[in-house]
Amino acid sequence: MAKKIKLSELTDMLQDLDVESLEGISIEGDIELDISGFGGGLNPAIAHALGHETAQLSIHLANIARILGYPVEQAFAAAAMGQSVPGEPEKRAAVPGRELNELISAKFEVSKVKEWTHPIQEVTFGATSSDGGSRKSTVTIGGENALPYYFDAPMPHRNYITMDVFDMPIGMAKAVKVNYEDVMQDPAEWAKKVVREFNADMVTVHLISTDPMINDTSARDASKVVEDVLQAVDVPIVIGGSGNPQKDPEVLEKAAEVAEGERVLLASASLNLDYERIAKAATDYGHAVLSWTQLEINAQKELNRKLMKQCNVPRESIVMDPTTAALGYGLDYAYTNMERIRLAGLMGDDELTFPMSSGTTNAWGARESWMKSSPMKEDSDWGPREYRGPIWEIVTGLSLALAGNDLFMMMHPTSVQVLKQITQTLYGSIEAESADITNWVGMEV
Amino acid sequence: MKVNSPLEVYKYLPGDNCGVCGVETCMAFASKLISRSAKLSSCTPLLKDEYKDKFEKLEKLLEPEIREVEIGIGDRVVKIGGDDVLYRHKLTFFNKTALAYDVWDTMPESELIERVSHITDFKKFYVGEFLTADMVAIRSASNDPQKFASTVEKVMKATDLPLVLCSFNPEVLKAGAEIAAERRPLLYAATMENWQQMADIAKEYDLPIALFSPNDLDNLKSLAKTFSNMGMDNLVLDPGTYPTGKELNTTFNNIIKIRRAGIEGDRDIAYPIMAVPLTSWLVHKEKVTASYWETVIASVFTIKYGDIMILHSTEPYAMIPELQLGDTIYTDPRKPVTVDPGVYEVGSPTADSPLIITTNFALTYYTVESDLSSNAIDSYLVAVDTDGIGVEAAVAGGQLTASKIKQVLEESNFDLKERTSHNTLILPGLAARLQGDVEDHLGSNVLIGSADSGRLPGWMDKFWPPEK
Ligand code: B12
Ligand code: SF4
Repeated sequence: MAKKIKLSELTDMLQDLDVESLEGISIEGDIELDISGFGGGLNPAIAHALGHETAQLSIHLANIARILGYPVEQAFAAAAMGQSVPGEPEKRAAVPGRELNELISAKFEVSKVKEWTHPIQEVTFGATSSDGGSRKSTVTIGGENALPYYFDAPMPHRNYITMDVFDMPIGMAKAVKVNYEDVMQDPAEWAKKVVREFNADMVTVHLISTDPMINDTSARDASKVVEDVLQAVDVPIVIGGSGNPQKDPEVLEKAAEVAEGERVLLASASLNLDYERIAKAATDYGHAVLSWTQLEINAQKELNRKLMKQCNVPRESIVMDPTTAALGYGLDYAYTNMERIRLAGLMGDDELTFPMSSGTTNAWGARESWMKSSPMKEDSDWGPREYRGPIWEIVTGLSLALAGNDLFMMMHPTSVQVLKQITQTLYGSIEAESADITNWVGMEV
Repeated sequence: MKVNSPLEVYKYLPGDNCGVCGVETCMAFASKLISRSAKLSSCTPLLKDEYKDKFEKLEKLLEPEIREVEIGIGDRVVKIGGDDVLYRHKLTFFNKTALAYDVWDTMPESELIERVSHITDFKKFYVGEFLTADMVAIRSASNDPQKFASTVEKVMKATDLPLVLCSFNPEVLKAGAEIAAERRPLLYAATMENWQQMADIAKEYDLPIALFSPNDLDNLKSLAKTFSNMGMDNLVLDPGTYPTGKELNTTFNNIIKIRRAGIEGDRDIAYPIMAVPLTSWLVHKEKVTASYWETVIASVFTIKYGDIMILHSTEPYAMIPELQLGDTIYTDPRKPVTVDPGVYEVGSPTADSPLIITTNFALTYYTVESDLSSNAIDSYLVAVDTDGIGVEAAVAGGQLTASKIKQVLEESNFDLKERTSHNTLILPGLAARLQGDVEDHLGSNVLIGSADSGRLPGWMDKFWPPEK
């Protein structure tokens, strides 16, 4: 999959067709349009954004071609595949009805993917005493050279799970709530519980009470909660604001300050708030920053670029959250968006070679996860929601794990346990007795 | 397919731009062939004798990389395989993973029938349709031909779903095939040991057959090559699904390897792939654990190239996510799922009924529609043409605007002042910021509804009918 198309190739292709209207146009030099990172399809608007003067030309050409009824995007896509026009299809000598007494021997071969030339950036959270922090151990994500669990290249780090803790009691699905009723008033106890009892790798403290529409807790007071949680647990932590774009910069600045030296993940910088302040808080106090965009690969590139170029955030301090939509509620977009981002990164788009994080907890927004029964009378019985909810969170997370997601923000203990089990099994670190599947058909269950 | 651009396809078309195929130019038709949204046979001029050669060549060039295999007959036929890409954004995945839930021939009859009905009738509403199971797999646990045959017969009476007949014993499988052949079941499975006898059965009844070679891709390829050479191309490949530990990672990579080789052009192995998450029950004995693990494995192979799967748990908490994920991965990423813009009636609305504005994104529309109908709220539901974008994103992206709302009402000849007594429309809570605009544009009253349409009944209690 080459990712460049030469304009001269385009004219050649068009000439093949005797497209007369193009004859008046000559292209000087052999300009290459770089179309990596766009999933193979170049549209003129994107070319334009690349800022080349060639953009003018390409748009012009494309417009002419379009007028002729010529499907521009697809031609680019095809050319980008770098495949030449094939010859005649191979004639197969099928001999219907032939009997064979011996198997035809065969050797299965498949090549590794050659286009995956760039490793994903490694990012480490937490700092131990030797690095000036007080965490017992650190967590590193990223570093992949292939899609997750693929044989093409070993995956250097497993997936990690950070469990949500809120700085005030919040509404949540019943199946989730029963696990936290005893600690909801106390974020530090809550944090201890998720680490000790539910095996969380990390803890996310959401400072949602700072939202002016909720409690409008001051940045200073909120930062005390951060200190408490850092005291209570010795795993690396993530600090999240309330999502209020006016308040978050201030809240996260203060939180970053009190967490100095602990290398937390600040969540998040986004295009709809003053990301510079958050980026600065991260760099000033040595933290990593979560670059959050909404299901849009170009927005993700833009924000990452701004963080790197405009705010001087080092590459090893950027993690992306391209947005998680739940199973049945846009997971098709979320999955493909992540997969495209990861593939573009592996193929060398250095604005996308960062590890990713997913707000998997979003799955609890799906009706299927929390409603007692279906609102649709025609539906079959939905069964007990105690089992439906966790599996909704698991399948949402697992799908994104396969798209390349590294870190999962989650809520339900069962979901956490099962997602860990499956991702680590695929990762290859779980030993199990060999299963004899040779006669699964006859199994009695 | 072996062609990548409409230009390559165009060369084989008549070039008449006659429009018979339903689009205006041959080039436009060529692009539809490339995107696999038209059938070659729609260009009837190309069927003429003079173009025979071109037609045949083009047909070959357009064949999907992975062969398509049909199981079952009539309306219930299930197609599997037929893919051309490794990543769905490059085109789309075709033929949703077929989910076969199992029964076995040692079940008491009443249980058998109940289970088959449950599998057949299970449904979950999603964007205007019902997600359902695709097939029933019948396993021979008895290894007794008579028992198997009679089970197959009973299942056939109880369901019209396509079948997978499972036994490694040729005698048993043949007894089943004999009964079910007319329904075109998938035979499971030929192995290194039994392949000759299995080939005879598949040939005798002209049925698709699965090849099972646990964790040995050389042998799997060898089986496939051999069957193909004997004239059998309706094959399904099962490299074995090992449910736990490092073996699961190996299974995962086996399946990826097979599909990658197939897409890259190794025709010998370019067949649909089968995964068997049911093997989870070999290692987990506790029901919920086994069910969960099975669903998890099914999810992995729905995403990664499983074209057909055999499953055991029929618990709703397993089936719903399994069905839902298949739909997710196999929707066409090129176009949002939409409904036609227009004014729809929910229940039997009168002039006093509310007029509810929503988008034509299928997920939004059907969610709102089902909330209204299941709460018996008679109403007019207006699907605005937002290019298939949901409420919030459409407001943010400018597809849901006052003039779009005006447009759909006009095009549906729905005059608010004539058709309603209240001249009022209800906007989604998430579109509150359009209120002023809509009032100005339409000269109507505007109420702001709840954020989630699920809360509409409560909202109606408070705010409907509007004060005069
Ligand atoms: C999937 C998604 C997308 C998909 C859209 C797919 C599609 N076909 O719609 C894609 C990737 C294309 C997308 C793009 C964008 N998105 Co978007 N997207 C989402 C996401 C994750 C889910 C939206 C969704 O599908 N919800 C489910 C449907 C069913 O909900 P719904 O349509 O709103 O319907 C519900 C209610 O509105 C209500 N309702 C509907 N009708 C009615 C009628 C009445 C009378 C009542 C009372 C209620 C009611 O009930 C329904 C069921 O609950 C949300 C985040 C989130 N988790 O919510 C962001 C989100 C909607 N997106 C957002 C944005 C900003 C964008 C972009 C502008 C991003 C960008 N930079 O390009 C683009 C715009 C694209 C465009 N318009 O052309 C923002 C919107 C922020 C805002 N409030 O303005 C959101 C909220 C993310 C965020 N938190 O910032 N997005
Ligand atoms: S029917 Fe055939 S010849 Fe006529 S326009 Fe379509 S592709 Fe061209």
